[in-house]
Amino acid sequence: MKHLSQNDRLLLIFFTIMVLAGPIILAPFGAGYPDLLQRFAIFGIFAIGFNILFGLTGYLSFGHAAFLGVGSYSAVWMFKLLTMNVIPALLLSVVVAGLFALLIGFISLRRSGIYFSILTLAFAQMSYNLAYSVLTPITNGETGLQLNLNDPRILDAANETGTIPSTNLFGLTMNSTAKFELLGMTLQFNVGFYFCAIILIAGFYTAMRITRSPFGLMLLAIKTNQTRLNYTGINTRPYTLAAFVISGMYAGLAGGLMAITDPLAGAERMQWTASGEVVLMTILGGVGTLLGPVLGAGFIKYFENIFSKINDSVLESWFAFLPEGVSDALVFVLHFFVGKGWHLTLGVLFMLVVIFLPGGLIEGGTRIYNWLRVKLGKSDDSQKAAE
Amino acid sequence: MSYLEIRGVNKRFGGLQALDDVNLSVEAGTIHAIIGPNGAGKSTLLNTFVGKLTPDSGTVTFDGQSLLGIKPHEINQVGVARVFQTPEIFSELSVLDNVIIPCLAKRDGSFKLNGLSFLSRQTDIREKAEQMLIDVNMQDKRHMTASSLSRGDKRRLEMAMCLSQDPKLLLLDEPTAGMARADTNNTIDLLAEIQEKRKITKVVIEHDMHVVFSLAQKISVLAQGHVIVEDKPENIKGHPKVKEAYLGGTH
Amino acid sequence: MDAILLQILNGLDKGSAYALIALGLTLIFGTLGVVNFAHGALFMIGAFCAVTLQKLLNLYSVVIDPTKTDFLGNPLKVKVPYVESWFGEALGQSIINWSVPLAIIIAIPIMVAIGYIMERGLIKHFYKRPHADQILVTFGLAIVLQEIIKAFYGANPIPTPAPDLFKGSFDFGAMIGFAENTIIYPYWRLIYFVFSAIVIGLVFAFLQFTTFGMVVRAGMADRETVGLLGINIDRRFTLMFGIAAAVAGLAGVMYTPINPPNYHMGMDFLVLSFVVVVVGGMGSLPGAVLAGFLLGVLESFASMNEVKTLLPGIDQIIIYLVAIAILLTRPRGLMGRAGVMED
Repeated sequence: MKHLSQNDRLLLIFFTIMVLAGPIILAPFGAGYPDLLQRFAIFGIFAIGFNILFGLTGYLSFGHAAFLGVGSYSAVWMFKLLTMNVIPALLLSVVVAGLFALLIGFISLRRSGIYFSILTLAFAQMSYNLAYSVLTPITNGETGLQLNLNDPRILDAANETGTIPSTNLFGLTMNSTAKFELLGMTLQFNVGFYFCAIILIAGFYTAMRITRSPFGLMLLAIKTNQTRLNYTGINTRPYTLAAFVISGMYAGLAGGLMAITDPLAGAERMQWTASGEVVLMTILGGVGTLLGPVLGAGFIKYFENIFSKINDSVLESWFAFLPEGVSDALVFVLHFFVGKGWHLTLGVLFMLVVIFLPGGLIEGGTRIYNWLRVKLGKSDDSQKAAE
Repeated sequence: MSYLEIRGVNKRFGGLQALDDVNLSVEAGTIHAIIGPNGAGKSTLLNTFVGKLTPDSGTVTFDGQSLLGIKPHEINQVGVARVFQTPEIFSELSVLDNVIIPCLAKRDGSFKLNGLSFLSRQTDIREKAEQMLIDVNMQDKRHMTASSLSRGDKRRLEMAMCLSQDPKLLLLDEPTAGMARADTNNTIDLLAEIQEKRKITKVVIEHDMHVVFSLAQKISVLAQGHVIVEDKPENIKGHPKVKEAYLGGTH
Repeated sequence: MDAILLQILNGLDKGSAYALIALGLTLIFGTLGVVNFAHGALFMIGAFCAVTLQKLLNLYSVVIDPTKTDFLGNPLKVKVPYVESWFGEALGQSIINWSVPLAIIIAIPIMVAIGYIMERGLIKHFYKRPHADQILVTFGLAIVLQEIIKAFYGANPIPTPAPDLFKGSFDFGAMIGFAENTIIYPYWRLIYFVFSAIVIGLVFAFLQFTTFGMVVRAGMADRETVGLLGINIDRRFTLMFGIAAAVAGLAGVMYTPINPPNYHMGMDFLVLSFVVVVVGGMGSLPGAVLAGFLLGVLESFASMNEVKTLLPGIDQIIIYLVAIAILLTRPRGLMGRAGVMED
C-alpha cells in the first residue's frame, strides 16, 4: 500500500469505507438488505475483472458469463462433495474458471476486433447449450444444480438436522445476519455480504496494482497501437491471454460467490444476455477506470431492484395529483419502462450512454465537476480521486 | 564490414516483377539511403526486411542472421528498430509512457507477467526514459498525451522510442512523407543530430532526393525493382541513369 | 441415400433463414463497415409484421345473426371480421387465411422505413467510432426493439399458420423416384426455401445489373477509391441498409409458420447468423449464402438420431465447432477477401 500514489491511496481508502459501510449508507435508499448488497459486491467483482480485459486491452468479450457459470457450478459441486466451507469452493471456482478461460482465450485471441467478439460469443453460447443438454449429469440441465440432503460432503460431520446445511466459513454461517434499529431503519449486517465485500476490496486493490504495473501499461499499449508494440519487441498474444485469464478468474470468483450466497447454479447464468449485462455495467460506469465498473454494477443492480418493483398502481399513486387524462397518459407510457419492462429501460439507458457519454458515469461526474469548477470560478487543481 | 546484406532478392506479384535481383549491402555505422521514383519497389523491399513479405528467392541477413519470415517482435529483438511513414506511437498515452514502454521491452523481453509490481518504483526505467526525452528535447512535454503533439513532435517521439532501445539498425520508411518543408528540415536536423551522438546504422527509404543528400553516406537508386546505381551522394546527383529514372518516364 | 436427401431438405429452411440474415449482415458490413447486432431484431420485427397483419385481419364486429338462435331461442350474436363484411364471407376468409404471404406486402415498406430510420438516426453517427462502440449501440438497440415487441405482444410464441393450401406435407421422395413414404416434406418448408432463393437471386441481380448495384459492389471492394470518383457513397449506402433490413424482415415474415414467433427469436438467430457470416467470410455475399445453407444442412445432419447416439449433444454445438475450426484454419472464412477486418 505504501507505494501507491496519493490519489490511489485516497481512492482505496474511500472505496474500502464505502463498501464496508454499505449496509448503513444504503439503508435509507431501501437497498440495505443482504440479498441486494451481496449482488452489488458480486457483480462489482465481475465487472472489475471484465474491465481488466476490455478496459485495458480493448478486446470486447461477449462471452464472460460462461466463466461466471463455470465458477458457480464448481462451487456447488464442492459443496455437494467435499464441504460446506466456502474456501475450497471458492478456490475451485477460480481455478476452473481460469483454466476454462485459458482454453477459450487461447483460441479466441488468435483473432482480434469483431472476430474476437464473435468467437467469444460463440464459445459462450456453446457452453450454455452444452450445460443445458449433454452435460446434464454435471449441470442438472434446466432445473439447475442444487444441494441435496444426501450429498456426501465427505469433510463435514454427519448431518443430523434433517435440513440442508448452510454455507459457512469455518463455522461462521454465511446467511446469519445481525440486525439493529436506527432512526426507524433496520440495519442488517450480514456475514455473506461482508465476506463478498472483503473479496471485492481485495479484487479492487489487485486491479489497481495491475493497472499501475508495467504489465498494465503493456495492456494499455495493446489497446492503443499493436503495430508499434510489436515493433517494440513485445509479443502481444501472451499479454492479451494473461489479461483474458485474469478477467476469467474474476468472473469465476463472482460465480463462486453467487453459489456461496445462494447455493445453486443454473445454465441461464451463462447465456449471452448475461455476458451483455457485464459489458453494460462496465460501459455505464466508465470503461478503463477503476471505480467505474463497480459503480456501473451497483447502479444497474440497484435500479433493477427499484424498477422491477414499480407497477401500475404505484405509478398511479405517484401521478394522482395530476388531472386524470395527464396521469393516465403518463402511466400508460411509463408502464412500458417499469416492472417487467425494466429491460427496456436498461436498453434505452445503454444506448444513451454509448451515444452521449462513452466514458460512462465517471466521465459524467468529471464533466459536472469541471463545469462546477468553471462556474464557481475556482482554480484549485485538485484532481478528482476517481481518475 | 557489412551489416545488412541483401542478396539476389526477387519478388513477383502476378505479372509484375516488383523486385528484380536486388543486391545491397549496408555498412555498419553509416546512413544508407534507398531512393527511387514511386512504384520502384522501395516499400516492397522494406517489407522483406521486417518479415511482412517473403521474397520468391534471395536472402536478407542482418549481422549474419536471416530476417526472412520472422515476426515483428523477433526482428526488434535482433536489434532492428523501425520508423514508419506516419508516426506509429501510443497516441492515447502520455509522452513519457510512450518512451517507458520500449525501455521496459528492452529490459524485460517479449513478455513478462509482472502485474503486481509497481511501475512507479522502477526508477531505472523512468530515469532512462526521462534522459531519452531530454536527448530529443521533449522533456517539457512528457506529461502531454501523445495524440496532442504536433506532427514533427510525433516523429521526434517515435525516434526517441526507437533510440531508447539502443538498436543496431534503424529502418526509416519515408520519414518526411507528407511533411511541410519546415517539418522536413526539422526531421533532417534530428537525424543528423542523432547520427552525431550515436553511430547507429540507418537505412532510409525515401522518395524525396533532397532529404537524403545531406545525410546519407551511400545511396542506392531503385527503379522498376532493380538497383540501377549505388554510390556516394555526390556521384549520384548528376548520374545520367538516375536522371533517366526520375524524369525519363520509361515506367 | 434417401435419408441423406431428407436431412439436406430438413436443413434447407433453417439454412435459408441463416442465409438471408447473413446476407443482410454482410451487405451492411461490406458497404457501411458497421457490425449490426440489431439485425436479428429486424428478422424478429419482420415476423411480427405477419403477426400484426393476422391480428388486424381478425378484428371483428359483433352482429346478430337472425338465422341462428342459441339454445334458449334468442338470436345469436356472432363475431364477423371486418374483412368478411367488406369483401363477403368467402373472399374475406381466404384473405385471413393468406395473412402470412400477404404480410410480405406490408413488411417491405415497413422494413425499408425502419432500416432507413435506423441508419439515418443512429448508425450514421457511428461510422467513425470504433467497432466496439458500433457493437454496443446496436446491441442496446436490439434489446430495446425486442422489449418493445415483448411489451405489446407478450412473451409467449404466437401461432401464425400458413394458408390451408400449404398445410401438411407431401411425399417428395415418391415424386423423384424414391420408395414411397421415405421423404415426406412439409409444403411450407419447400415454399420457404424457394422464396429465399428468389429473394437471394433478386438481391444478387440487383447488385449485378443496376448502376446502383455496381457502385455498391465497387464500394465494398474499395471504399476510398469510389469515394474519390466523386460518388456520394454514404447516401447510396443508406438505401442499402433499408434493403438489408427488408431482406431480414422478409425472412422473418415467411418463417412464422415454421416456428411461432416470440420476442427473442431475433437474438437466437443473430448469434448463429454471425457465425455464418464469419464462416462465409466477412464481406463476401456468396460466402454468406453458401455458409448459411451449409451450416443449416450440417445442423440437420447433426440432429439425426444415429449421429446423436454416437456423439450426444453434437447438434447443439456443431455450428460453433465448425466456426471455430474455420476461423483457426482459414481466418478469412470460406470466401473472404484479404484486408477485411484484419486490424
